[in-house]
Amino acid sequence: MLKIFEQLGGFLTLMYSAFSKPEKAQMYWKETFRQAKDIGVGSLPIIAIVSTFIGGVSAVQFAYQFRSISLVPMWWIGSIVRKGMILELAPTVSALLLAGKVGSNIASELGTMRISEQIDAYEIMGVNTPAYLIGPKIAASVIVVPMLVVIAVALGIVGGWGAGLLGGFFSTTEYFRGVQDGFDGYDVFIMLVKAVLFGFTLSSISCYKGFTVQGGAVEIGKSSTQAVVLSSIVMMIVNFFVAFLLL
Amino acid sequence: MIEIKNIKKNFGSQQVLKGISASFENGKCNLIIGKSGSGKTVTLKCMVGLFEPDEGTIMYDGRNITEMDFHARKDIRREIGMLFQGTALFDSLTVEENVQFPLDMFTNQTAAEKLERVNFCLGRVNLPNTNKKYPGELSGGMKKRVGIARAIVMNPKYLFCDEPNSGLDPKTAIVIDHLIKEITLEYNMTTVINTHDMNSVMGIGDKVVFLHEGLKYWEGTNKQIMEITDGELFDFIFASDFLKDLRRNAKY
Repeated sequence: MLKIFEQLGGFLTLMYSAFSKPEKAQMYWKETFRQAKDIGVGSLPIIAIVSTFIGGVSAVQFAYQFRSISLVPMWWIGSIVRKGMILELAPTVSALLLAGKVGSNIASELGTMRISEQIDAYEIMGVNTPAYLIGPKIAASVIVVPMLVVIAVALGIVGGWGAGLLGGFFSTTEYFRGVQDGFDGYDVFIMLVKAVLFGFTLSSISCYKGFTVQGGAVEIGKSSTQAVVLSSIVMMIVNFFVAFLLL
Repeated sequence: MIEIKNIKKNFGSQQVLKGISASFENGKCNLIIGKSGSGKTVTLKCMVGLFEPDEGTIMYDGRNITEMDFHARKDIRREIGMLFQGTALFDSLTVEENVQFPLDMFTNQTAAEKLERVNFCLGRVNLPNTNKKYPGELSGGMKKRVGIARAIVMNPKYLFCDEPNSGLDPKTAIVIDHLIKEITLEYNMTTVINTHDMNSVMGIGDKVVFLHEGLKYWEGTNKQIMEITDGELFDFIFASDFLKDLRRNAKY
């Protein structure tokens, strides 16, 4: 129990340092854009592929269930896929994928920098290392994850449409009637709240795990795994509370 | 001049530094030597502020770094250059970007001025035409040179080198030693070098501090060190029986 509080204290102290005043704002902006490019462009293919197929699978599964209930019109599938993608599937699945891809990358990058004394080198120069190495990663993640989630929603809906057409479950008109029916902007708000919180959670935990690593290659591997596992668990807890409090 | 007084440092229950005092003079290569685990690296890391000593003071030309807050300490750190054992070059940056990084972060020089300074420093360490290479494309000796170029790019008053010869062949190690010596004299820096390489001690050790089990055991020049005939320092310098016999039979 004491260790948990010790880690929490260390995490909060590191986050405070990560958002302290930068030495030269221009350098921090440059680093933030570099990180945003790495996280965003680097993760786009996997997010695109997975979300397209999740939309497709959702459409097929609901079509399968609706066929046995003749009273339910097939155009509802568009509505269900849209709502499911916006409220849960796109933000949650994207965040879990990003925790695996970006989170482990951040933790191992910072861990390697720590072990190879690169972080010490920054500190000797007088650079505020948490602010320069962690701040831009978190800022980039908070900006880019919502963008990726929006793309995931769009591609999930397209995936549902493609799968439905392929299976002959509904026509294009029926599907997009469902997609537009009962659209509520509040759902998008919740999606963006989740995306921002997930972006912060996965990047901050991964940065903490990587930045504080001690030892060698084995410890870097462990910290990378811990970053993915812990950020995935914390994101699911955050997910529950957002749903519980905002829905 | 850098003075350390009664530096103590514990890690848990293990007492690594047990009260070390020494002074490191301006314009000289000051060497800290000792066996592995004697406290050399911890002493150096305390001096540059990477470790916080539990007791004692560290004075940079009369300025006590141990009593300073983070911001005041940052000003002193900008007067420090450091060459790390593993060079600690930033993998994702080219040689030019590595050397230029402190200028980007802490100066308002134009791009042309920065490039001129970077090229001067790379030329000074005999590494022209490597600007666009990445650290992964360089040999061990070349990496050390880039590390030195990065360490001197801000015209530091103090230069720290942690095991500058580790991983280098004897000939390249001597070249790096002489480069450090030349730069120390040229810029009149206070240079502190952590090493266990006896070639370095004899070649560039203007002043030598020998640490043993967390304490300063001996202090003197590289000439005086050859007069030692027994004790821990003798065992350290003449580690093999062959060398011991050579020393005992030699006339100094």
